[in-house]
Amino acid sequence: MSDVMERPVTATANATPLVRLRDLSVRFVSRDATMHAVNGVDLDLAAGEVLCILGESGSGKSVTLRALMKLLPKSACVTGGIEVAGRDVQAMNERQLQDFRGSDVAMIFQEPMTALDPVFTIGQQIAETVVRHECVSRAAGMARALELLELVQIPSAKRRLAAYPHELSGGLRQRAMIAVALACKPKLLLADEPTTALDATVQIQVLLLLRKLQEQLGMGVIFVTHDLGVAGEIADRVAVMYAGRVVEEGPVGAMMRGPLHPYPRGLLGATVHGGMRGQRLTTIPGAPPSLEALPTACSFAPRCAEAEPACLAGVPEPRSPVPGRSARCIKVAAG
Amino acid sequence: MSASPSTHTALDRGGPAQPLLLLSGLKKHFPIRGGLFGATVATVRAVDGVSFAVRKGETLGIVGESGCGKSTTARLLMRLMEPDAGSMVFDGEGVGQNAQTGGITLKEYRRQVQMVFQDSYASLNPRLPIEETIAFAPKVHGISASEARGRAHEILAAVGLAPASFARRYPHELSGGQRQRVNIARALALRPRLILLDEPVSALDKSVEAQVLNLLVDLKEKFGLTYVFISHDLNVVQYISDRVLVMYLGQVVEQGPVEAIYDRPAHPYTRALLASRPSMDPGMRRTEPPLTGDPPNPINPPSGCRFRTRCPFAEGVCAEREPVHSALGGGHEAACHMAEPGSGHSQTGRLAA
Repeated sequence: MSDVMERPVTATANATPLVRLRDLSVRFVSRDATMHAVNGVDLDLAAGEVLCILGESGSGKSVTLRALMKLLPKSACVTGGIEVAGRDVQAMNERQLQDFRGSDVAMIFQEPMTALDPVFTIGQQIAETVVRHECVSRAAGMARALELLELVQIPSAKRRLAAYPHELSGGLRQRAMIAVALACKPKLLLADEPTTALDATVQIQVLLLLRKLQEQLGMGVIFVTHDLGVAGEIADRVAVMYAGRVVEEGPVGAMMRGPLHPYPRGLLGATVHGGMRGQRLTTIPGAPPSLEALPTACSFAPRCAEAEPACLAGVPEPRSPVPGRSARCIKVAAG
Repeated sequence: MSASPSTHTALDRGGPAQPLLLLSGLKKHFPIRGGLFGATVATVRAVDGVSFAVRKGETLGIVGESGCGKSTTARLLMRLMEPDAGSMVFDGEGVGQNAQTGGITLKEYRRQVQMVFQDSYASLNPRLPIEETIAFAPKVHGISASEARGRAHEILAAVGLAPASFARRYPHELSGGQRQRVNIARALALRPRLILLDEPVSALDKSVEAQVLNLLVDLKEKFGLTYVFISHDLNVVQYISDRVLVMYLGQVVEQGPVEAIYDRPAHPYTRALLASRPSMDPGMRRTEPPLTGDPPNPINPPSGCRFRTRCPFAEGVCAEREPVHSALGGGHEAACHMAEPGSGHSQTGRLAA
């Protein structure tokens, strides 16, 4: 089991990556302030790989995800290279984006009730995607919709085709949204906290379903979450973000056993799990920095127990002590 | 703060053996109106016969999924809504009765029982500086403005916010973790004996969640408090609770000491709930979910045992009769036919051991 989980990163490294992010930066400029939401993110995703972006609110994880589909508002200033399936996303015009979204890349959101259209049935919403991208008839689209609802394990799928989103329970709505996203067999699935709003017994069902579908369809998945447990269930590789930068990246098993960077180390220590009763929780003091000024040093230094003057000298470059793992911390040995 | 243990003993009327709060047969149904004349077309059985006790000085955790009635129970406990049936006894005195019948008035009850809500922003008045928010309730209860402000400063210091720099701030000038500390401070301002925490850390980031949990543990010790802690996060409940109550569709399915619930869960729902926790170890991944389907709608709950539609052990008897709470020793009890000797379920007795 565990060798499946820790698929070596090198096995797919020579092929063209499905996603190639180079020095991605996103700023939101308004009259009063400039928010430096993402500050130089490099990420690669191989085809068929599951990458979890882990981070707290305001770390830039969702903004990074939206940049991959060019879903950010016009006011966002996006720089850097974004390549998905060999195509430059930044250079696409509106028409090319319409073809690209849905067929090459699809996204599922945290809140299915607001992501689905309340005035169309589930079947119509899936069929619409299929008809738009594959130029088939409405009837063929509906037939595909039925297959998809069966694929995402919605019971009595035929009846549910004619259901409106409000008629479904939370878990079924989330499954329906996954069906919409998978309608045109995307190569890349982007998931923005898709299980956060679900109950515990339903969350695990949806996570296991997503993992099964990912293996079945061979999709690459980028999964944004703040929950270490969710990352442990689904990820091959994890990228931990803090203040708009990836501070650590590596295979999930190694990361969970021994994080290199003090921030994920603190996060693991602060996460409550079984058998901690009566002990005092280790905490990370303070709060994440405001991103109104571009960080010029290690952003985590003010909260870090191991910080020293050298940490404030500049933004630490990623160091890689072992192949496939890296961390932005000057205390990590360069490999 | 001057709330020494002696003031608590003075408040203590029933003695240590008397539960601080005793609920029995609590019910709250919400009618759904529809049709031309607004007739009641259905009823949501949000809380349907809930009985439990909160002992003095303990932390009672309440877990369950959405729609199980956790939050309605909290609102009933706080008397933010009137129960349709059932009784509440606070330290030996009936709640909501008047002085003639020997009970405790709602005003006095609410002085002793306070609540912290999940949404730290929505539960604070955006137009009041936080010291005014904290001093508000003491003023209502007859404390002079200057004394109330002094008390607010003491409590702000106790929750880890320096009064000199925080007292005059407004809620929007604080981070989520700081706002939740203000909410806790406000709950403490009346020197209550019982604090009801409804998902107090669910909206916080993990690193801040641990800070607030540590604070709650410290405050409980310092002020001799009793907590009712409602959460959907099983790990947090295990960390903080002495006893745990598991709810499903408006009813209590299992309760007991935290070790018993987490190490020897008796009810199939509790077992599934515990097994649904994502593991942090990628080497321990599962392939089959412990339960299928969503929790049913509380409008038309299943007959007999409400969990039977999702239960892998369901048999004929489960549809016919509602299971009773069977004692499993040490204050651990479960409402399942498998835990009840002679219930007619083929697996009876397997759990009793």
